[in-house]
Amino acid sequence: MLPLADTTFVETTGVWVIKSVVIFAFVMGVVPMILLLERKLLGRFQNRYGPNRVGPYGLLQPLADVVKLASKEPFYPATGVPRLMAIAPAIMIITALASIAIIPFGDVEKGFGSKFGLYGIDVNIGILYAFAFGSLAFYGLMLGGWASGSKYSFLGAMRAAAQLISYEVSLGLSLIGVVMMAGSLSLVDIVKAQDAVWYVVPQFVGFLIFTIAGFAETNRPPFDLPEADAELVAGYNTEYGGMRFGSFFMAEYINMIVIAGLAAAMFFGGWMGPGPSGLDPLWMVLKMFAIIVFFIWIRATMPRLRYDQLMSFGWKILLPLATLNLLVTAVLVSTT
Amino acid sequence: MTYRVEPDAIAVQRGPETGGLGSVARAFGETLRGLKTTFGRLVEGPVTIQYPEEKTPVYPRFRGRHKLHKFEDTDLEKCVGCSLCVAACPSDCIRVVAAENTPEHRVSAGERYAEVYEINMTRCIFCGYCEVACPFDAITMGHDYELSDYDRSDLIFTKEMLLAEPVERTPLRREGE
Repeated sequence: MLPLADTTFVETTGVWVIKSVVIFAFVMGVVPMILLLERKLLGRFQNRYGPNRVGPYGLLQPLADVVKLASKEPFYPATGVPRLMAIAPAIMIITALASIAIIPFGDVEKGFGSKFGLYGIDVNIGILYAFAFGSLAFYGLMLGGWASGSKYSFLGAMRAAAQLISYEVSLGLSLIGVVMMAGSLSLVDIVKAQDAVWYVVPQFVGFLIFTIAGFAETNRPPFDLPEADAELVAGYNTEYGGMRFGSFFMAEYINMIVIAGLAAAMFFGGWMGPGPSGLDPLWMVLKMFAIIVFFIWIRATMPRLRYDQLMSFGWKILLPLATLNLLVTAVLVSTT
Repeated sequence: MTYRVEPDAIAVQRGPETGGLGSVARAFGETLRGLKTTFGRLVEGPVTIQYPEEKTPVYPRFRGRHKLHKFEDTDLEKCVGCSLCVAACPSDCIRVVAAENTPEHRVSAGERYAEVYEINMTRCIFCGYCEVACPFDAITMGHDYELSDYDRSDLIFTKEMLLAEPVERTPLRREGE
């Protein structure tokens, strides 16, 4: 049986509130920046500038986008179910934000008269928590698409469901190798176990599988089939507008942060880096930033897969590979 | 029936067989190659011309907004109101009304002058036939292409507008550019 993570101290409620507010504010502040970064970088990858009209260097572009979205009328098609359509984006954003809680930005620090961890919460079920919320997010997609009462939304939602189910398995299996090597599900313990060598070296195959499955989980290109604009208009969020669409959009980017955080913590040594422990959150953020840039780079490079290719790749290549990786790791871990 | 291969038959290039470990390695390598290609574009930098601020230079023979000309020494108009440009215009956008020059009121170098000379820019197709038709080189095509306006009637250019030196808004392409 795996030893579960246990904290030796209790944080006061006040610390929890402050931590949640700080993390929430950080994530919500970073999402528009990633939005702009993505558009800017995509532009550069295609020999153009990207947005540069609103404000200096186009820095106010996300603000303009949000104001435009927020001032739009919420609209429901006649065939839609308004109540369910309103719930769906909320589910998406809640589940996405909840997963942020377990991403560790640093170790336990002393200060303000007590000890506190630089993470939302160090749950002993660790990544299982992230997967639980990742799976719940799918209800948001499904409800949103189905309740819209449009064929494009429905098809997009169906694709999203199938895609999430098939890639969630590989995503989980690819991380179990890391969990076995660290001997803990807690992300804090996993980062601490990477003191000597980052898990991207011994678990390289696991990392590749995680990256590919992560693209599919966040509906990013080349796996953005749920919103394939060429054939499905915009997939599950076709009938959405205004801030409801904005919520879907934001949830997608928060999911990207979650996957980047998980990858940084599980494979790239989390907050580990040179310098005093005060720089730990900076290293974590830098690593997440690099992974997000890689996400954007991939988006600029890869064409979208065909639906049957996506399915056969997930089930016939990725899943056996993840299982094999798991078995080999299990044998190596148990013999040494 | 046997199939005879002609000597000029072209051997079709086929990709490697799919499947197996080799194709996995190839897919990985090709992905890296793709990433390298896009990164190369990033290094190259943008090629965008920021239009309203910077403009594409035009060639010397670019056909833009028309100009009417005067003689530099006598300040008389070159146009004699012959209406040959009207006859040449395929989209029928030029209107010329000629009048007689008098010793007191001398406008052009010839016997008559154009009392009205209008070009409807909404109709003009910038073919340059008017320039070719003109026996006195009174009308030529300029370099301006920014001709949008809020009102259609503003796009009917009168003789005064065509005679006036246009605000030079368009850079000319240099030799070898």
